[in-house]
Amino acid sequence: MSTIVTRPHRSDDLSDAERDFVQLVTPDGQRRPHPVFDPFLADVTPALIADLYEDLLVVRRIDAEATALQRQGELGLWPPVLGQEAAQVGSAHALRSDDFAFTSYRESAVAYCRGVKVADLLRIWRGTSHGAWDPYEVKIAVPAIVIGVQTLHATGYALGCQKKGSDTVAITYFGDGATSQGDVNEAMVFAASFRAPVVFFCQNNQWAISEPVGLQSHTRLSDRAPGFGIPSLRIDGNDVLAVLAATRMALDRARGGGGPTFIEAVTYRMGPHTTSDDPTRYRDKAELETWARRDPIDRIAAHLDSLGELTDALRARVTATCDAVAADLRAACLALDPPHPLTMFDNVYAHPHSGIDRQRSQFAAYLAMFEQPGTSPEAGA
Amino acid sequence: MPTLTLAKAITAGLRRSLDSDDRVLLLGEDIGALGGVFRVTDGLQRDFGADRVMDMPLAESGIIGTAIGLAMAGYRPVCEIQFDGFIYPAFDQIVSQLAKMHYRTGGTVRMPITIRVPYGGGIGAVEHHSESPEAYFAHTAGLRVVTCSNPQDAHTMIQQSIACDDPVMFFEPKRRYWTKGEVADVADPPGLGRARIVLPGIDVTVVTYGPLVATALEAAAAASADGVSIEVIDLRSLSPIDFDTVTDSVRRTGRLVITHEAQQSGGLGAEIAAVVTERCFDALRAAPVRVTGFDIPYPAASVEEHFLPDLDRLLDGVDRVLDRANSLSGWTA
Repeated sequence: MSTIVTRPHRSDDLSDAERDFVQLVTPDGQRRPHPVFDPFLADVTPALIADLYEDLLVVRRIDAEATALQRQGELGLWPPVLGQEAAQVGSAHALRSDDFAFTSYRESAVAYCRGVKVADLLRIWRGTSHGAWDPYEVKIAVPAIVIGVQTLHATGYALGCQKKGSDTVAITYFGDGATSQGDVNEAMVFAASFRAPVVFFCQNNQWAISEPVGLQSHTRLSDRAPGFGIPSLRIDGNDVLAVLAATRMALDRARGGGGPTFIEAVTYRMGPHTTSDDPTRYRDKAELETWARRDPIDRIAAHLDSLGELTDALRARVTATCDAVAADLRAACLALDPPHPLTMFDNVYAHPHSGIDRQRSQFAAYLAMFEQPGTSPEAGA
Repeated sequence: MPTLTLAKAITAGLRRSLDSDDRVLLLGEDIGALGGVFRVTDGLQRDFGADRVMDMPLAESGIIGTAIGLAMAGYRPVCEIQFDGFIYPAFDQIVSQLAKMHYRTGGTVRMPITIRVPYGGGIGAVEHHSESPEAYFAHTAGLRVVTCSNPQDAHTMIQQSIACDDPVMFFEPKRRYWTKGEVADVADPPGLGRARIVLPGIDVTVVTYGPLVATALEAAAAASADGVSIEVIDLRSLSPIDFDTVTDSVRRTGRLVITHEAQQSGGLGAEIAAVVTERCFDALRAAPVRVTGFDIPYPAASVEEHFLPDLDRLLDGVDRVLDRANSLSGWTA
């Protein structure tokens, strides 16, 4: 058995061939034909690949800029996407505009692709909000921080779509660590029971903070789903075309009434868990170097090059976009001021609540004591 | 005006909500063909279909988490937790997800979800079937917590809870499921957050809710024969608590006894005693007294009658605030 997940305390250092997953573009950029998945890429032109390439680089730039902002004290925390860009960009590009994504907190690349504004990507991490955007506007729920809870929300949302007779699909993103959570397992039970139109998109990035995937499971994560009656795909998560094709296949299946699909996208968290983490305490440099050779952006760049499409014009366009997004991000971050203290009482309930209303008015009176003479509403009265 | 048991009054309320709003769904374990272990959903799946009255896989976190997604998709789920002691597997979804979703999303995502929980003891049950976990939820910002004590309130309040855009924990006093009473369609019922003076009195205010309202009324009748006039307040809502009604009463009587089945420490009685002391200390003629379950796990059925506050223990508490001879007279720690 040559699998990643049966090895208890090491992550993957096997060759691609041994890894037994769907790969449509090799690490050196060669496109491999695949009778099952190619139909899902029939519309993929060099221009679309160039767009994917651009988004991959933009989200990597957002990641770098946000990490820098954290180091400069402008963000409290940032969970880097580095290394997982293809898994997120490829799957997000497969979604229809009305499909709904339910993610964890590392999916800033998915959020960007859904159209979340760059300022909104930062609010949680700058500590100015717990949520930051209107989920109905961008069709992506605000990030879930407790591990795995969002898989149930996605399943419920999918059930709702099914009841309404719409063909909207929910997709939920979670990691290898989350597969140990009861909620993720319950979500698979519920989704299978009701044939809910939901896609379980697991980014196996090999690490749950310091715990290797072998601690979560002694079988491949994708092998678990069939036990719930859910078919699964195991794909190269660093191959953006494989991710796009597999996600489209799963979405189509859900849209057509076929029920849930589980996708294990095998990838790697190249950075720390968050900016507060120190991965040198628990993983080898050699492992990092192995995965660096499988970089998702190098791969699609090599593929574009092989097509003769990695032109100076494209490079210039992508660089300009990245620079513009980074500048926007920095400016938006610095413009995010703390909200007025009394706003912390807002939206606890949809309807008035006498207990909170009383505390708010008492705290307002307390705050008023600190106002400068002449600035309080009562002054001069 | 029909006479219904408390359980059937809830059934009728659920039926009314299902009838008037297509977005209302019932989710739970054994709520379909069986009609729920207490038969509260009896006949509803037959009449509204399995698409709206849904038997769910046996996983409480799954039920609440799925309801959250359904609410996001525009539905108004009503979840049944089979027994009080089975709610804890859903605790994270209730406390960290359901309660906080509206706040987290800056008010853009509403959570019109009702969670029905048969609670309390006195039915001779095995472990985990007699608990009173309401304080955990009353302590959690973002949840509304209500409980009914009679068929009329049960009928009205379940409909109000379902119509509310906030999540509502709806605690049903299971030992009072078979209490009968008249149920009418009240044109202008009290709001969901309002307490009610069930019995006016002069000497002592007894604040309670759910299963012990009946006990308090029995105690008041017994005290009346003894020349003591008790005012009984049914809180109805545990979050928010209608403190205006409570403090108005205590300002008149000067004496407060709080009684609930739940354990004492950190319970609702502590909060009520504290707030009354803060707001009408000057009006108190005696320290508030709590008559509650003990700070032990709910005991075995054969001794539960000693755990549950009953008429005699409640009157003993009344004697304490009146400074009459009582069980603690001359007692020293």
